Amino acid sequence: MSDNSLNNLPGGFKGMSHDMGSDQTAFKGAQWGKVMMWIFLLSDTFIFSCFLISYMKGRTSTVVDWPNTSEVFSLHVGGVPVPLLLIAIMTFVLITSSGTMALAVKYGYERNRKMCGWLILATAIGGLTFVGMQVFEWSKLIHEGVRPWENPFGAKQFGSFFFMITGFHGTHVSIGVIFLFIYARKVFRGDFDNAKRGFFTTMKSDYVAIEILGLYWHFVDLVWVFIFAFFYLW
Amino acid sequence: MSDEYNQKNTPLEAQSSETMTDISGTTSKDIDYVRPAELPEQDLYHGHSFITKWVFCQDAKVIGVQYFLTAVFTGIVGLVLSWLMRLQLGYPDLVPFITAEHYYQFVTMHGMIMVVYFLTALFLGGFGNYLIPLMVGARDMVFPYVNMVSFWMFFIAVCVLMASFFVPGGPTGAGWTLYPPQAILPGTPGSNMGIILMLASLSLFVIGFTMGGLNYIITILQARTRGMTLMRMPLTIWGIFTATALAMLAFPALLVSCIMMTLDKMLETSFFMPAIIQAGEVLDYGGGSPVLFQHLFWFFGHPEVYIVALPAFGIVSDLISVHARKNIFGYRMMVWAIVGIGGLSFFVWAHHMYVSGMNPWFGFFFATTTLIIAVPTALKVYNWIITLFRANIRMNTVMLFCLGFIVTFVNGGITGIFLGNVAVDIPLSDTYFVIAHFHMVMGVAPLMVIMGAVYHWFPLVTGRMLSEKLGKWHFWFTFLGAYSIYFPMHYLGFIGVPRRYFEMYDSPYVASATGMNEFITVAALIVGFAQFIFIYNIVTSLSIGKPAGKNPWKANSLEWLTPEVPPAHGNWGEKLPVIHRWPYDFNVPGAKEDYITQTTPPSEVMSAEVEKT
Repeated sequence: MSDNSLNNLPGGFKGMSHDMGSDQTAFKGAQWGKVMMWIFLLSDTFIFSCFLISYMKGRTSTVVDWPNTSEVFSLHVGGVPVPLLLIAIMTFVLITSSGTMALAVKYGYERNRKMCGWLILATAIGGLTFVGMQVFEWSKLIHEGVRPWENPFGAKQFGSFFFMITGFHGTHVSIGVIFLFIYARKVFRGDFDNAKRGFFTTMKSDYVAIEILGLYWHFVDLVWVFIFAFFYLW
Repeated sequence: MSDEYNQKNTPLEAQSSETMTDISGTTSKDIDYVRPAELPEQDLYHGHSFITKWVFCQDAKVIGVQYFLTAVFTGIVGLVLSWLMRLQLGYPDLVPFITAEHYYQFVTMHGMIMVVYFLTALFLGGFGNYLIPLMVGARDMVFPYVNMVSFWMFFIAVCVLMASFFVPGGPTGAGWTLYPPQAILPGTPGSNMGIILMLASLSLFVIGFTMGGLNYIITILQARTRGMTLMRMPLTIWGIFTATALAMLAFPALLVSCIMMTLDKMLETSFFMPAIIQAGEVLDYGGGSPVLFQHLFWFFGHPEVYIVALPAFGIVSDLISVHARKNIFGYRMMVWAIVGIGGLSFFVWAHHMYVSGMNPWFGFFFATTTLIIAVPTALKVYNWIITLFRANIRMNTVMLFCLGFIVTFVNGGITGIFLGNVAVDIPLSDTYFVIAHFHMVMGVAPLMVIMGAVYHWFPLVTGRMLSEKLGKWHFWFTFLGAYSIYFPMHYLGFIGVPRRYFEMYDSPYVASATGMNEFITVAALIVGFAQFIFIYNIVTSLSIGKPAGKNPWKANSLEWLTPEVPPAHGNWGEKLPVIHRWPYDFNVPGAKEDYITQTTPPSEVMSAEVEKT
């Protein structure tokens, strides 16, 4: 798809109605895979929304008080409880990995194989660090007696919702990390430069795949911001 | 990438005849202009072995047939279950193995199978896969590999569901709505493995469907052929597209409720479980909200009704137009009605919950939105009828099923208006009136469309016609039989016979209900057996049916215009088709034939007064 053919498109609302009224494609110049990822993310947004709305409903209607989150989630540094410390680091790491991902996409389109590969690897390591810290947080809470079915600090739904939602998000991050490692290998091997055919799909590789993976990764980060706000700041 | 595409320097313009009016009358070459291809030729995987061609196949047409056959298999299981239920209701204790527990399991499995594994999979997986690439002029779905995985996920989901018949305790008997707390507590049949397998199967279905749904949406949005604007697509595609969009947004709620209920069952969390005393013993559950499940379930469940209905609306519009030899009345209105119904369907879910104990004001709101849906729906019915008005109707099996659809749909729709009002719903809820309503509107009506669609597209898929004679027998048995089953149920509902009851015991209305129940049972058995006429027709027509040839119905839409019939892998041979018009140019004044196919360029039908599309 050549870009200069898309330069003549009208912009704004007129452009939108123009694109929707035209033949062949509704989103001009957007590759199939990219549109697929956007629509998948829309669907995934509904999954997380359902989880978070259920959590709000559960939290506001429990008969036992909700535990004080700034105490439950605090880390003891030199005997002093510091609320939000671990979670601040986790959030920082994850958001940073979004930055490296964005750079990887940029270098990918510039066909800078080395930079792209290393940045994807950096993103994967950021994601892995996040998951590692989540494991630490989970084990700390489990050690203190919080379980999906019980919670010594208050309402038992706290444990249920916390493990379920962070677990579901953590699964997303882990899947992302696996794909980041696979894609780092593909980039270093030059699959995207040579349009090597995929092992399963037999379709030609293209650097747009990095951007698609990037969309997923940014989405996972964005979801984390909401989980962070609803679990740790509320 | 085509050469034409690189060289072009014309601005990207929607090529519709509206922009063409200025230049009409000049050379025919200008009239026939369709802007050049924007997309490179699709890269396809060609299977060579039997396994890659017919089993793990990436061709959407084969996947569509696989979906269709699997869904029909589950549908037959659902049909047999309904027979067993009817036997118990009509002739209590006639069949000794139908105990109360088994009856509840049959009710549950019948409902879930028919709604999710039969109708949804059949319309979107079956018709969607087969028709979308053909009707929009694509070589295949945009992600053939993902499409294949989608089918096999569905297949595994069906296997897991069927496995629940054979586990200790049997399948779940919680009712298809699976309401907690009873769905996962002892005392409900299948509250151990049955419910777990059901939830697992639903989750697998959602995952598989998401893969397929992404394919359907993106093929329609991004892989149309030259000249195929959104407003030139057949209504079938609009129906399937909107239904898929609904599914992508509604299934997440089902997935979330399945995950949460699985955790409630397996880890004893209390998302949906309030404090419960069972047989004098306080359970570990407490503090959860059963109504939350109902909200999540019906946020999925109501759009699900339209996931089944919208493709039926779309398909029936096309069938009516082709067999009435007339353009569909108010095409754009029909499109916006489909989209409008789809949008509204997300704001009506709590009308299933008027008696759940939610805030009455909530019911007021949802009654209002529910009744608003009647507006675009009635609009569609009027348009179908106006399309038929003074049309050149062919009274063949397809048309009979379309007319049957309109009648049953109007019938079910009107009872829907009853049930949408809180004050009327409260006495009628959980009676046979509700059963009659939803079987009419989302059982019989979409089935009529499915059967009509099979008679219509069988020649395309197999190259042979189905027998008209058997088809008419099939229609009349099905239509009159379905009415004999569901029409009396309205009355049963009015006299207060509750749904989901294994037996009526010594209730005061037993005397008047008994005869009617027997009648319904006999009718249900006959209608069920009549479906074997259909199956027999399909099986025999595969080998002895009249060869169909190209475009036997003289239809306009693209699926009939492939170089080979039945269409081969890649659909279009050397060159993709180029579209010049909508698919409804029937009986156009001034045209030589009574139909003008979508690929006919304007220069060939200069004298015809075609619609501007």
